Amino acid sequence: MKYDAIIIGAGMSGMAAAIRLAMFDKKVLLLEKHVITGGLNSYYKRAKRDFDVGLHALTNYMEKGERRKPLATLLKQLRIPYDSLELSPQRHSKIIFPEKTLTFTNDLNELVEDIAIHFPNQIDGLTKLIAHINEFNETALDNEHVLAKDVVRRYISNEELLEMIFCPLLIYGSAWENDMDFSQFVIMFKSIYMEGFSRPKGGVRTIINLLLNKLETLGCEVRFRSEVIKIETKNEKIKGVHLKNGDFIEADLVISSMGLPETLSVVETEKELPTARTGKMTFTESILILDKFPKDFGVDTTIAFFNDRPKYLYRQPSDFYDPASAVICLPNNFVHNDFEDGWVRITNMANFNKWNEFTKDEYRAHKELVFQNACKLTKKILPSWNEEVVYKDIFSPTTIKKYTSHFGGTVYGSTDKSRDGSTAIKGLVICGTDQGFLGIVGSMLSGISMANLYGLMD
Amino acid sequence: MDNVQVRKHVLDIIADVALDDDVTTIDDAVALRDQLDLDSMDFLDIVMELKKRHKIIVPQEDYPQLASMQSCVDYLGPKFTALA
Ligand SMILES: Cc1cc2nc3c(=O)[nH]c(=O)nc-3n(C[C@H](O)[C@H](O)[C@H](O)COP(=O)(O)OP(=O)(O)OC[C@H]3O[C@@H](n4cnc5c(N)ncnc54)[C@H](O)[C@@H]3O)c2cc1C
Repeated sequence: MKYDAIIIGAGMSGMAAAIRLAMFDKKVLLLEKHVITGGLNSYYKRAKRDFDVGLHALTNYMEKGERRKPLATLLKQLRIPYDSLELSPQRHSKIIFPEKTLTFTNDLNELVEDIAIHFPNQIDGLTKLIAHINEFNETALDNEHVLAKDVVRRYISNEELLEMIFCPLLIYGSAWENDMDFSQFVIMFKSIYMEGFSRPKGGVRTIINLLLNKLETLGCEVRFRSEVIKIETKNEKIKGVHLKNGDFIEADLVISSMGLPETLSVVETEKELPTARTGKMTFTESILILDKFPKDFGVDTTIAFFNDRPKYLYRQPSDFYDPASAVICLPNNFVHNDFEDGWVRITNMANFNKWNEFTKDEYRAHKELVFQNACKLTKKILPSWNEEVVYKDIFSPTTIKKYTSHFGGTVYGSTDKSRDGSTAIKGLVICGTDQGFLGIVGSMLSGISMANLYGLMD
Repeated sequence: MDNVQVRKHVLDIIADVALDDDVTTIDDAVALRDQLDLDSMDFLDIVMELKKRHKIIVPQEDYPQLASMQSCVDYLGPKFTALA
């Protein structure tokens, strides 16, 4: 049997792509290696509690009825009503550097006012930068590649402020170390500082269930435990995919969300293909469950971007992880608290190779070190915390690799992106992280636009 | 098919595409884009839904004909009739 399209990977981007194609009666097969959907943003159960792998916050917040917003586009394209997400906006987030702390909310003006207090002589530049961002078309697929810091330095002359502005944007979405492409910067600036953070009620399961229901209603075929081990081509044109169980499935279009280097590694061609680098940015995540809510300790911050150095070092640390900077998410502190316990989620940059080389005992011991540091950070953010931890879970870059198959456990993918999704093989398209759109909202938009471009417009 | 029926078919599609908008108050003479949250991606969906539900093909050069409800009915009316 031949399909109109095969989608590899039932993460956010793959599910979104499959929905679009199935919506217009394409014969689609969605293949997932793992036993459940979600990919980098999946979920699991421990100690009778529901855990999300990734979700700190959904970016691109909007109020109901707001127009021309990326989240609105996403929901319309997938025909998901806004109300079904039951979004709860953040209270406020902080960027904490050794000398200064900036506070931002889902209203950009509050950040601008705070910058005016701490960096009064930077306000003119900031205003001009915001004007430039507003008129920039960040989603054009043919934007030239320029480094964001070079552009932003033309407006912001204070390096400390520049580092503070970049900190949340880098750690929430850059595959590049210490900088990013200016288009990506604009996407992140709008999605975080202009639109902002929220949390869907029920966490990532809510999003995944909405997507799964769509797939089911549309009659889209989803196969789990179905690892693609070879992509067959002929004369640089797609033929189909081979599964680990020996099946060969034919299709004229294969959209892969595995990642660019991961996809290229299974393509079989007569000609040698250009390679793509493995991304270096990966993380440890420590989840602490407390017996009280953060607000019981007098703190109502939603997310804290913490950095203990004058400069913000966003790069693969040389050691197994970087204790000196972190993202600390307090998911109880969205406007509506969703949980019965107090939760703290702490993300640190990490080095995949170090984790990969640990013996079993070393691995356990190093996870414990990450946890100890997470406790220290928790104490910093919640000074009157009683130090009770009801339950903890720590995962590492190797955990990420194990469950998502991304080389190097990379979360933001390769630094070689395929902005228009195309590859050297006709009919083989990249979607998700390595098409260049990151995060939950970004990856779904990527799946949608690649499905539209290659599967629906003829 | 009369214009009332054509309008109803178009409205059904718009209601599904712009699913969070109130389509009961559409002013037929005013551009849809100015009343609803519809961008070019959504207009493509309207075109694809016309094809899927009614086998009506709208070539790209005719997309401007779908600007308002009135122009939709004027343009699509003969196409619906031709199918009946
Ligand atoms: C700890 C952490 C925290 C995060 N926090 C946030 C956050 O707060 N907000 C936010 O917006 N984003 C966050 N993200 C990022 C977000 O999760 C990702 O950007 C997004 O989920 C990427 O989706 P994707 O579809 O591109 O890729 P993936 O989710 O990686 O999907 C790829 C899928 O392909 C499958 N696959 C791989 N190889 C094969 C194969 N050979 N055959 C079949 N299937 C295969 C994988 O199993 C996977 O399901 C976080 C990520 C992590 C890890």
